Order: sequence, then structure tokens, then C-alpha cells
Amino acid sequence: MITLEHVKKSFGSNHVLRDINLHVPKGESMVVIGGSGTGKSILIKSVLGLVTPDAGLITVDGQDATKGDRDAFLARFGMLFQGGALFDSLPVWQNVAFRLMRGALKRPKEEAREIAIEKLRRVGLKPDVADRYPAELSGGMQKRVGLARAIAAEPEIIFFDEPTTGLDPIMSGVINDLIREIVVEMGATTMTITHDMSSVRTIADKVAMLHGGIIQWSGPVSEMENADDPYLTQFVSGSAEGPIEAIR
Amino acid sequence: MSWLAAIGAATLAFLASIGRIAIFAGETLSHLFRPPFYFKEFGQQVLQVGYFSLPVVGLTTIFTGGALALQIYAGGARFNAEAVVPQIVAIGMVRELGPVLVGLMIAARVTSSIAAEIATMKVTEQIDALVTLSTHPMKYLTVPRVLAAFLVVPFLTGVGDVIGIMGGFLVATKTLGFNEAAYLQNTADFLQSSDIFSSLAKGAVFGVIAALMGCYYGMHSGRGAQGVGAATKASVQAAAILILAANFIFTGIFFAA
Repeated sequence: MITLEHVKKSFGSNHVLRDINLHVPKGESMVVIGGSGTGKSILIKSVLGLVTPDAGLITVDGQDATKGDRDAFLARFGMLFQGGALFDSLPVWQNVAFRLMRGALKRPKEEAREIAIEKLRRVGLKPDVADRYPAELSGGMQKRVGLARAIAAEPEIIFFDEPTTGLDPIMSGVINDLIREIVVEMGATTMTITHDMSSVRTIADKVAMLHGGIIQWSGPVSEMENADDPYLTQFVSGSAEGPIEAIR
Repeated sequence: MSWLAAIGAATLAFLASIGRIAIFAGETLSHLFRPPFYFKEFGQQVLQVGYFSLPVVGLTTIFTGGALALQIYAGGARFNAEAVVPQIVAIGMVRELGPVLVGLMIAARVTSSIAAEIATMKVTEQIDALVTLSTHPMKYLTVPRVLAAFLVVPFLTGVGDVIGIMGGFLVATKTLGFNEAAYLQNTADFLQSSDIFSSLAKGAVFGVIAALMGCYYGMHSGRGAQGVGAATKASVQAAAILILAANFIFTGIFFAA
């Protein structure tokens, strides 16, 4: 469904993505792992067009992601940002229903609010959260609201950027379980970037490891633990010893 | 010759930033006429830029009008021309001080607020989130702010002109012994419609400059709190300088002999 071929992206002399080749089949959950600063966020932002690659081809269902109707293209996606990226000036329900209140998917205000409250309930938040502002919520609640916003328009493809960063282990587990449940329930194609191995084990069907600007290893999550790739082995074990330099 | 290279690099950087601002202004203009239009955001900006700026505009101009009356009286007394206070206060406020003071106050209050808000949205990925939600940041953030400033700052300028003249009136009639009716009559007789038009036109241009600089520097902010701070500072500096430069050009166009 999503294919990246020879994608390259540099910022000055910093060659973040050197030659990325990756395929995410329809309905599968792909988790991209890698250390901080290895370009995981740039990878998914390239698919969404938030970052323009220097070279290579990105296709979604065979169509070049950089061509065609941009609004229609983006309407297929939902995204959970690392920090939530909730709009401070809007109450929670308007954040969740943002897409349902404007553009091609516009609904009457009451209907949009009902959908927002339903999605909030789906991620374990009570309806009274709907009228609060993002700044009044804890980090875990903000992640849940971000998740509710990502699924509000029932997209075919959902991206999760570091969904558990900054959360305690219990809340991380809750978010991981929620993501897995929602993905299975919706049948969506998903791409998650993380360096949290508990997220990988809960969310992933397939895993790809990004290091040095290329995909070092990719395969089913069931093969991850026994793979003989030294980069992957070091990352999964969290060892300071190995081909990945501890100081980058 | 390294100093020559430094001058050349600085000149190129300056010209490049002018080019980027011009492209940004052009993009804003093109989005102004293409749907979707965000009326609710426009209404909120009218309140933010206009209504909530009234106190600062009123206070700034009333004190300036009063001080102007005192200075003109003191200066005029040196050659027995104290009677020109109403005329000079009126012309000074309407042609120059009203629009410039309002422009600078808007730069201080609105440009800084727009730049800090948009820059914070950028560093917290809210701008990226807008894009992924099929909402163009230029249409949603820039157009409502620039359009609101274009329409509302002339109104603020008019209010500032009137309050500034009132400041002069109060000082002149309560402390300098001017007759109230005569003061108002002299003010009304001396002002021409072209003075008022130039004042409001300046206000519109200064409003666009102030909002555009806030949006531009906010959208091009660097990372983190330092990036937000730098964007805010740069936006206010650029807005203030451009407003004063535009004022000089306008005055040359409207009033050069």
C-alpha cells in the first residue's frame, strides 16, 4: 500500500535518509525503530509531504504521493504526533472533530461533537473532557485526545509518531493496547515510529530498523528477537556494546 | 578583503529575506481570494487585533496629543504663535502621529502575539497537524490575521486620531486657556479630507505589515523556546522598521510639495 523507493533526504551535510526502501502492505502494522536522531520522523513526514525528499519515489496504492489532489490524499491519513500537537486555542472536542468541522468531511456542529465524544469514549476518556482545553489535561490524556483526533475521520492509514514518549510504563501500556485494538478494529494500515520496545511488541506486525539512513533490517515481529542482524540485536537488547555508537 | 565578503554576505542575506517576505506576501494575497474561507477565525482576529487594542491605542494617543499641545504652545510662544495649537495638533496627529503610534502599538501588541503564537504552534508540530488535517496553514492562520489587520487598523487609527486630538484639546482648554468651541472649530476647519484619507490608508498598510511580519516570522521560527523568542523579537523589529519606512514613503507621496 505504502512504498518508499530509494528515498533520500539531507539537511546540509547531514544525510538523514540515504537510501530508504520500504513497503507497508495494506492492513498491516509496520513499526519503524531506531535511535534518536536517525530520521524516523523525517521518514513519515516525507510520506505525508510535510518534508520533501531530495530523491526517490513514495507511492500510496501505486499513486505518486507528491502528485494529484492533496486534500483527497491527506484525507486518507490520520496522525498521532509525538507531543500530541493539539490546538491550544480549541476545546478538546473541537480538536477531535477538527476535520469533521471543515472541508470535504464537514458535518453539522452537533453531529461533529457527538462523533468527537464517541471517539473520546473509545480512547477511554469521559465526555466531560470534551469541553476542557488541552493545557488542562495530563500528558497521557493529551495522547489519548491526539489518538481520538487521528481516528475521528476513520482514516485508511494512521501514523503514530513516538506514541509512548514521556508516559509512565502503565500509561504506555494503555496507549499501546489502545492503538492495537483500534488498528485491528478499523483494519487500518499503520506506520508507527518508536524506540520503545514494549510498543513494538504490542503494536507491530512487521518491524523495520532504521540506522545510518537506510533500513538495516525488516521482517515480521516474530523474527525480531532471533534475527542475526547485529544492529537490530544491539537495539533490541539495549546494549551499549555493538555496531551502533552509544554517542551520536 | 574578508570585510568585503562579510558585507556581501550580509547584503545577500538581507536581499534574500526581502525576497522570502515578498513571496510570503504574494502567497497570502493569492490565498485571500481562494476558498475555503475561515470566517470564525477572521472574527476572532477582528476582536484580537481591533477591540482588544483599543485601550492601548487610546492611552498612547491621548498622552501624545496632550504632550504635543504643550510643546506646540511652548514653541509657538517664542514667536507669538501660541494660537496655532489646535491646527498643529490636528495635523500632527492625523497625518503622522496617529497612524505611526497606532502602527507601532499594533507591532508591539499584535505582531509579537501573532509571532509567538504561530512560532509555538510550529515548534509543537501544530502547524504540521493542521496540514495532516487537510487545512492549509496560510489560509487558516495567515489570511484571517492579515485581513483583520487590514480592515481594523484603519478604524483604530481613526479612533487614535480623535483621542489624540482630544488629548490636545483637554490640555489646551484646561491648562493653556483656549476656548473650547474655538479650539474645536479651528481643528475642524483646518483638517482636510485628504488628511483623514492618508491617515486611514496608512493605518491599513501598517496593519498589513504588522500582521504579515508576525505570521512570517512565526512560520519561519527556529526550534525550541529560543526559536520562539528570536522569531518574536525579529517580527517586532521588522514590523516597526517597515512601518516607519512605509510612513516616510506615504508622507512623501501624499504631502510632498
